[in-house]
Amino acid sequence: MTDEEHRAIAQAMNEGSPQARALGFETLEIGHGVAILKVPYRPEIVGDPETGVIAGGVVTTLLDHTCGQAVHAAQAEWGFIATLDLRIDYMRPAEPGRDLKARAHCYKMTRSIAFVRAVAYEDDPEDPVAAAQAAFMLDSSAGRKPGANFKPPKSTGRATGRATGQSTGQSTGKTGDAA
Amino acid sequence: MSDAPMNAQDRLNAVLASIPYARFIGVRAELAGDEMTAVLPFSDVIVGNPILPAIHGGVLGAFMEMTALAQLSIFEPLKRQPRTIDVSIEYLRSGRPLTTFARAEIKKVGRRIANVHVEAWQEQRANPIAALRGHFLLTSAED
Repeated sequence: MTDEEHRAIAQAMNEGSPQARALGFETLEIGHGVAILKVPYRPEIVGDPETGVIAGGVVTTLLDHTCGQAVHAAQAEWGFIATLDLRIDYMRPAEPGRDLKARAHCYKMTRSIAFVRAVAYEDDPEDPVAAAQAAFMLDSSAGRKPGANFKPPKSTGRATGRATGQSTGQSTGKTGDAA
Repeated sequence: MSDAPMNAQDRLNAVLASIPYARFIGVRAELAGDEMTAVLPFSDVIVGNPILPAIHGGVLGAFMEMTALAQLSIFEPLKRQPRTIDVSIEYLRSGRPLTTFARAEIKKVGRRIANVHVEAWQEQRANPIAALRGHFLLTSAED
């Protein structure tokens, strides 16, 4: 894929994914298995109001999203991908009031799995807020069609429907807006 | 658990209400005795893949991390939030457009470090969609 195609995918991932759009993710650089993204600081994404530090969960979302774009940037053709696992070490609190960046590198790809490393930082990737190591499944859709998740999975596995002794109030999860 | 359940529920509500990002994605929690279930209602804003659609993996990770922090907050009163040292997240199934639940199990609380395991599920508890293991740095209220 060309750099323009990678940028188009990154833009689609930032604007088409409601969570990424809500957080204001922006791709600064993409190509050759590397992606650099930015999340602008705002009060709504703080984790500890006493310190004003961005929530660890936002860092998780940023790192996951950035790792995913690095995988797309390493692939010859676009395909569905899914995070298998994500390990994050938090080195220090993010500086309150500052935008946060993440840089991810997809350093190895097999036929079915992509391996990615990433860091989150304000200015210097060598002085990270957090570091991540992730594995992604490639071609994860396995032929699933758009809207597939509205239906229950075909094989429900070993579920026994174990009684938990309290009503957990299952949501009907209605949503029609898949923009 | 030294406090009465009501106090614990109030403390739990206060903890979640004080985390802006928890409000942003809509996390709440329910206590049944000493057992806490965190609840993430489905909303469009938490979607990562709009085509399937599937909940963003980062949101699921964030939800489970908050579940661990909330569980620690009801386990013992802390002066301020525990700091996350590391988390390891496993994604087992895609998050469908349904309510997601999570429960945390505190495996060990030492003087400074707590180890917590969290599991998230949707329709069936036996079919978790994601799991998290994490270490948290504690600052007790006495310090």
